Amino acid sequence: MWTSIKRVIKAGLVNFYRDGFVSLASVLIMTVTLFVIGGVLFLSATLQASLEDLKSKVDVNVYFIASAKEVDILALAGSLRTLPEVRGVEYISRAEALQNFKKRHERDELTLQALQELPDNPLGAVLNVRAKEPSQYEGIANFLKSDSALGSGTPSIIDEVNYYDNKAAIDKLTGIIRAAERMGMAFALLLVVVSISIAFNTIRLAIYTSREEIGVMRLVGASNKYIRGPFIISGILYGVVSALLTLALLYPLTYYLGDSTEAFFSGLNLFRYYLAHFGEFFLIIAGSGIALGAIASFFAVRRYLNV
Amino acid sequence: MISFNKVSKIYSDHSAALDGISLTIQPREFISIVGHSGAGKTTLLKLILAEERPTSGNVFFDSTDIHKLKRSKLHQYRRKIGAIFQDFRLLPNKTAFENIAFAMEMAGRPDEEISADVPYVLQMVDLGDKMWNFPHELSGGEKQRVAIARAIVNQPDLIIADEPTGNLDPINTYDIVQILKKIHTLGTTVILTTHNKGVIDSLKKRVVTMEKGRIIRDDPTGKYVL
Repeated sequence: MWTSIKRVIKAGLVNFYRDGFVSLASVLIMTVTLFVIGGVLFLSATLQASLEDLKSKVDVNVYFIASAKEVDILALAGSLRTLPEVRGVEYISRAEALQNFKKRHERDELTLQALQELPDNPLGAVLNVRAKEPSQYEGIANFLKSDSALGSGTPSIIDEVNYYDNKAAIDKLTGIIRAAERMGMAFALLLVVVSISIAFNTIRLAIYTSREEIGVMRLVGASNKYIRGPFIISGILYGVVSALLTLALLYPLTYYLGDSTEAFFSGLNLFRYYLAHFGEFFLIIAGSGIALGAIASFFAVRRYLNV
Repeated sequence: MISFNKVSKIYSDHSAALDGISLTIQPREFISIVGHSGAGKTTLLKLILAEERPTSGNVFFDSTDIHKLKRSKLHQYRRKIGAIFQDFRLLPNKTAFENIAFAMEMAGRPDEEISADVPYVLQMVDLGDKMWNFPHELSGGEKQRVAIARAIVNQPDLIIADEPTGNLDPINTYDIVQILKKIHTLGTTVILTTHNKGVIDSLKKRVVTMEKGRIIRDDPTGKYVL
């Protein structure tokens, strides 16, 4: 058993080396495929980062009437935080709201003077609510409108929830984000499928050149396993070499693109992302290379084993 | 050892390559099969190697019906046969040594045996000095001798030689026939197909003559008559 495994591996290595040109062509095509897979990983990362950035810019503000008690507001904030769809709640007290207002109108003497005329701080407290997904704002808004937010019977302390003003904008953004995600994934999937089938075909052609040898091996009494083994080893070797090549090529490429992507995609530096996620990249690219080489070889040889 | 029982083989174009052949080959026999191209000689050998299946009839090797063997068991059966072809059928990216070692590896022989036996059979076919050459570096006669070495290295019960001298000059032809005779005297059954009158006449062994898929003559010590 061990002897035949050793012989199969040795034959695979020797064939890889002796069919140098065929191996080179297969490795290059496979490198392109793995490059596409790597590209798709980066694409989904940038897409994800941009969408996260967009999503984080959306929030819903709950304005309270000026007479609302802080305890009640904090209680409401507490119950909002228990909702599974809520990512975070920020409390802005009446005093803070006034400060923010003053800051915003620094240059506007008239408004500031008008504010001075008032006996009391006219501004109510505000809760800024961020949901995990933009589509969840509606549920949060409905929760605020319902009695359950504040125990039934008590008069509402909520002055206004601006979700209803922003509803159209939020809905549109949700739609755009969903469409972008779907299109991005579909496009990526298409690219991956196309490049995998090209790699598959290349390996098939490489083995096509050996079809007569496969027949000869059958006639001198070789078992199917023994014939297939070395081809699969060569296929795995194509995968390993092209994965290493791809990973090596991605290094200077992301380095070159790193700064410009950082400026463009809201702080995602491809180079740093690549280094931080190198383990995952290594596993995915080397794994797909090896699997692709082995599976393609397996099926390609099978065609010629019918002697 | 081999027996054909009313075997017919009809290819898809409805022309019969073999037409109701019955033939028995005894162990340790040296049998030559002659006939024009298309007479069915090669089809006969392909049936023995289980490369083709008969349309009707049975082919037996000892007591096993060859074409009832499972595809996954065929390779074990084929190890009992050494095959030699007109076009040599060596593995192009393996050296002479590796081509022969390959057949031994298939049979599961240990490495020590391989490194001892391969040089021995290569010496036997007079190719000791070309052990590390690739097939494309060898002449036709040399390639055929490598093929013979590969066929005999596992000491098969039967050697099938399908026009082994078809691509060779007279001197190489003579050498190859001498090697086949030697293998036969060591106790192996040999089935030879050929067009070469000189080869047949010098052998003075059993000759089966085929024409249009039928056996038209079977002489125990025959001559080449067509």
